[in-house]
Amino acid sequence: MATVAERPGAVPEQVRLAERRRRRRRSALRRHGIALLFMSPWIIGFSAFYVYPMAASLYFSFTRYDILSDPVWVGLSNYQFMFTGDGLFWQSVRNTLWIIAFLVPLQVAFGIGSAIVLTRVKRGLSLYRTIFFLPTMVPLVAAALGWLFLLNPAGPINRFLHLFHLPEPLWFYDPHWTKPGLLLLGLWMVGQTMILFLAALLDVPSHLYEAAEIEGAGPWQRFRHVTLPMISPVIFFSVVIGVINGFKYFTEAFVISQSGDQTGLDNPIGYPQDSLRFFTSHLYQQGFEAFHMGYAAALSWILFVVIMACTLVLIRGSRRWVHYQGGFR
Amino acid sequence: MTRRRPVPPAIRRRRLLLSVANHSVAIALSIAFLVPFVFILATSLMTNEQALSQSLWPHPFRWSNFHDVFTAFPFLRYTLNSFTYAVLATVGVVLSGVPVAYALSRMRWRGRQAAFVLVLSTLMLPPQVTIVPLYVIFVRLHWIGTLKPLIIPLFFGDAFTIFLLRQFFMTIPQELSDAARVDGASELQILLRVIVPLAKPAIAAVALFQFLYSWNDFFNPLLYAGNNPDSWTLAVALTQLTTLSRGVLWNLQMAGALLFTLPVIILFFFAQKVFVQGVTLTGVKG
Repeated sequence: MATVAERPGAVPEQVRLAERRRRRRRSALRRHGIALLFMSPWIIGFSAFYVYPMAASLYFSFTRYDILSDPVWVGLSNYQFMFTGDGLFWQSVRNTLWIIAFLVPLQVAFGIGSAIVLTRVKRGLSLYRTIFFLPTMVPLVAAALGWLFLLNPAGPINRFLHLFHLPEPLWFYDPHWTKPGLLLLGLWMVGQTMILFLAALLDVPSHLYEAAEIEGAGPWQRFRHVTLPMISPVIFFSVVIGVINGFKYFTEAFVISQSGDQTGLDNPIGYPQDSLRFFTSHLYQQGFEAFHMGYAAALSWILFVVIMACTLVLIRGSRRWVHYQGGFR
Repeated sequence: MTRRRPVPPAIRRRRLLLSVANHSVAIALSIAFLVPFVFILATSLMTNEQALSQSLWPHPFRWSNFHDVFTAFPFLRYTLNSFTYAVLATVGVVLSGVPVAYALSRMRWRGRQAAFVLVLSTLMLPPQVTIVPLYVIFVRLHWIGTLKPLIIPLFFGDAFTIFLLRQFFMTIPQELSDAARVDGASELQILLRVIVPLAKPAIAAVALFQFLYSWNDFFNPLLYAGNNPDSWTLAVALTQLTTLSRGVLWNLQMAGALLFTLPVIILFFFAQKVFVQGVTLTGVKG
């Protein structure tokens, strides 16, 4: 294909350069085309299952919508109701904050503690590690059902407490004891966190411990001034993940409050007495049991904003106490 | 090598005491972690009256409970649904994840970095933000009450899979791709003949992760298939046994829960090596 009108006396070099540029553009186009082709599944999925739903749910949050009829624009009234008229909303916020405030620190502490135990054991390490990790392998539904049975007022754990003449709470039938019961379940499944801390603890350079011992530091001081700073990145990671998961807490609470009743009738969400109504439970009930879709969408955007805000706060705060090996970042 | 000094008895005693103390704590913790399993297993072997009573040990062992679970409820159907979901979901994320990860890691094109950031951002999104409109979409498609909403979106990419595969692909030396290119291979051929065979451990890891995630998944099957008992997966069905049997049957519920857990534990033991590789893969060449 004759592309360049050859000027009389044109330098062949320029012709070659022009050809090369054109070829590169063609191959770049082809490369981009192939990349686009390879990316196409994700592009379609991203647009259809993320971008569009996010925009749509923002729109829905300003409407009243029950699927059967068209959405009706109601402006900010969903948000107004949420903050001023919906007592259950605040109950769900309280419950969610409770679980985050108690479960996250306990899981981190218990994870570090059990990991430390593993670092000190010389024989049978892999056996202990497997045993500690085993509960994490159990599907959440099975674990929740199992603990529902264990914490049954007539069940094994209360029998055990009875032996020691300790008070026997009604656990999942007593609104004040339902969330502590969830704490027990959460601590039982601390294995994943523990494995992370185990790796981090083993990574702490031993010469730091030796130096501290020489300076006369006791075991607790060594822990506070050598161990904790060196594993602080993993602590930070666990805290962030724990907080995010706390905001999304759903399965355990739903399974336990729905399946606990002995009569086989469907319990209301959050039974007993809304003590297990977490934010996501409230959202689920409003959106998919009562079909207040617009309100549920509003709830979900509030959740999103809160999670982002918390993550940002945690990241900002981390600069003060998280120490990265190899210099501060 | 100098002769080691004999350890004074006082220090030896102290070390022994410490070791005993450590092992005691480890054993105590192990008991705490294992006891729930023991009780759940014990209950699954009891009759219903025994389970409701105060007895702690089954008398006799009713192994037939594990069979009764299948006759009292359509347990086989639920298992099949879980299995279908898990297998097809795994196929979907692998089929869609491999080309996307390849484009993000081994091809140079404008916008690649931005696309990767977008992929990662979907990992951080709470699912609640998108479920309402997604549910509406699936209602309009008449997919509610089936397993389709669970499976089909996964054929359009899954961020976790793409992320893990991309990290792994980036560790494969460029020279291998370049050599194939010089030989005249197209990108697709490079992907299929060079990269995929080398990436088998990573692909196995993501397949395992997705299978386990789908098998254990409760929220999504509840949301999209919860209204149709024929489409229930094991996770959903187990929580509905109480309603189905009009009263709680602890022994069968525990037996069902154990059966539900069994494939996971088996997979875990067989695939421990793949697990560890999968966990360390994300730390490679960040």
